[in-house]
Amino acid sequence: MAAPVKSPVDGAVPAVQKLTIGKALNMGLRAAMEADDKVLILGEDVGKLGGVFRITDGLQKDFGEQRVLDTPLAESGIIGTAVGLAVRGFRPVCEIQFEGFIFPGFDQISSQLAKLHYRTQGRVKVPVVVRVPYGGGIGAVEHHSESPESLFAHIAGLKVVSCSNPTDAYWMIQQAVASDDPVLFFEPKRLYHNGQLKSEVDTTTPPGPLFASRVVREGTDCTLVAYGPSVKVCIDAAAAAAEEGRSLEVIDLRTLSPLDLAPVFESVRRTGRLVAVSEAPSESSITSEIAARVQQECFYSLEAPVLRATGFDTPYPPSKLEEHYLPDLDRVLHTVDRAMGW
Amino acid sequence: MPSPEQWTHPEPGEGPAAQAAQPSREQVIAGLRNTDAGGAEVTQLLTPEGERIASPQFDRYISDIDPDALRGLYRDMVLVRRADREANAMQRQGQLGIWVPLLGQEAAQVGSGRALRPQDMAFPSYREHGVAYTRGVDFKELLGIFRCTDHGGWDFQAHGFHPYTIVIGNQVLNAAGYAMGQKFEGKVGDDDGEATIVYFGDGATSQGDVHEGFVWAAVYDAPLVFFCQNNQWAISEPTERQSRLPLYQRARGYGFPGIRVDGNDVLACLAVTRWALEECRHGNGPVLIEAFTYRMDAHTTTDDPTRYRLSEELEVWKHKDPIERVRVHLARNGYADQAWFDQIQAEADAFATDLREFCFNMPEPPPERVFANVYAESSPVLDSQRDEFLSYLAGFVEAGER
Repeated sequence: MAAPVKSPVDGAVPAVQKLTIGKALNMGLRAAMEADDKVLILGEDVGKLGGVFRITDGLQKDFGEQRVLDTPLAESGIIGTAVGLAVRGFRPVCEIQFEGFIFPGFDQISSQLAKLHYRTQGRVKVPVVVRVPYGGGIGAVEHHSESPESLFAHIAGLKVVSCSNPTDAYWMIQQAVASDDPVLFFEPKRLYHNGQLKSEVDTTTPPGPLFASRVVREGTDCTLVAYGPSVKVCIDAAAAAAEEGRSLEVIDLRTLSPLDLAPVFESVRRTGRLVAVSEAPSESSITSEIAARVQQECFYSLEAPVLRATGFDTPYPPSKLEEHYLPDLDRVLHTVDRAMGW
Repeated sequence: MPSPEQWTHPEPGEGPAAQAAQPSREQVIAGLRNTDAGGAEVTQLLTPEGERIASPQFDRYISDIDPDALRGLYRDMVLVRRADREANAMQRQGQLGIWVPLLGQEAAQVGSGRALRPQDMAFPSYREHGVAYTRGVDFKELLGIFRCTDHGGWDFQAHGFHPYTIVIGNQVLNAAGYAMGQKFEGKVGDDDGEATIVYFGDGATSQGDVHEGFVWAAVYDAPLVFFCQNNQWAISEPTERQSRLPLYQRARGYGFPGIRVDGNDVLACLAVTRWALEECRHGNGPVLIEAFTYRMDAHTTTDDPTRYRLSEELEVWKHKDPIERVRVHLARNGYADQAWFDQIQAEADAFATDLREFCFNMPEPPPERVFANVYAESSPVLDSQRDEFLSYLAGFVEAGER
């Protein structure tokens, strides 16, 4: 756990702190609520309990029940009322407890949240953030480990992002709340409280814009592109590959819609090879889109076809089998080997 | 009115649900007769024969409706009907892609719409042309949706009239959220308070979003009037396919009042909606109103009601016409003469002619509209898609093909 952080009501926040992703999100939400009193949090168990992952811990205590709402148990209701609150001028942040439960809210997300701005020729803004803990690796039962982000990236009018480290978690959530567009914010739940990722977060200066991908490790032999929970896998894979003298570049997409592929194109033109990594099933996914666009933009630079290490096109398996399903360090390196050996 | 406690639960195999798999023709007719009258519990202030009925509870809500104001309501309904008929005809002539007729629902819409104040917000579904009219939305601004040139062009904030919602029931939750916002901002509590009204049909009451809207509005004490226009048919599905019990009685299960009003009685709709809005303004909301009415025309112009409903039914409802009863009342009491009625008809005809001319001359939206306002902030991916497409189109211009 992070060292106790002084809440702003008690005193000033230190500029640099060592945080987990979970704590960074909590502090980011707190900062967003302090910056704008129109920011509300809505969800199941987000108040007294602080959310099932404790991401909203302490916020209701400090901001009150009218800004942190423990809602009835219905996801369409959470999203649908958030749309109405946004029309009224609020900036709601919805928490969906687990990604597998987002589907009752899918109608409101796709029919209203995504389209109201377009339908009204820009007269209505719906600055709603939908926070979605997603992905596997926590040994959970059915519907608690899925990666449905591609479904949302496919819907025009939504922006979709995913964070992979504490600094991004702290800043991206604030930038998402400040965005005038609806943002689906996918949080890698298995990394929430991962002590290995605990790092110093500069709370004074944002590291860059929200809708931009970033090179997180430089390399020359092959490019790895990933987002959310798979970024750590790729960074670990690159470290392992380096021990064998192979230099892998790792790019954290951060934004899934709009996809910022300029750094990927630039990288592939140098390395000639690309492996896209994601926990989601591969068919019609973010990684499919990357493969299509990279072959379109970098055709003459490619030394091998774009390869992918992803979840399989199956329902998420019982978690005793998830180690086989999730693309891990070995599967990523195996895929890199295939790319290198083309 | 009977309270839920008085109902007895049917034995297994005896209740309506047990027999509901495929209703016979006889059951459908029986059901129609059942709903046809609206029941003893319906609130009515003006009978189909144009007789004013005194109501100790609701008269005070229409004490300002003098003959002049009543003539105003009559004029509203005549204009709205005339415009609706014109739009229906224009669809038949291929000038509109589709039209959603409101014929028969003028009193429910004008009555409830005229109950609203400028500070209130209305969330419509897609048939609320009469409510739009009362909110000052030009009928012309509705046409774009049905001529398929836009998805709704009016300034929703200036008019207090949200964009139409096509997906059944979605707007009920959106309205609940908006009303929660009014509550959070402290805009309720006295006679100058704000309120929200949301319109939906009998079919929508089967949607999860409507139930969730009831739950949310109730537990957050939102100043929200649920205005259900029970026009008896959800396309081809009768109300019996949506509910075992009268729709207004559902409110009790969520913990707020429900009331059934004669939806073809403009005075009753006005009075009951004013009462419900007052409850909301003072922080006693929400309230459910079931306006018991009838859709005299098709669901939309793509529909064929002769396939699923009986002509006898239509004949019964013709006698309950919402406009005719006001006309009879005005005439019988000497509040209006034939010259005045003729003048209103002439005004309505001019209104329709103006609408037709506007429709025929409506400009096509420019191709870049496809890409406009998808996002509030720019999206580089979309920007490049737009630029590429516009440059492709420009190629035709250069080649002299456009």
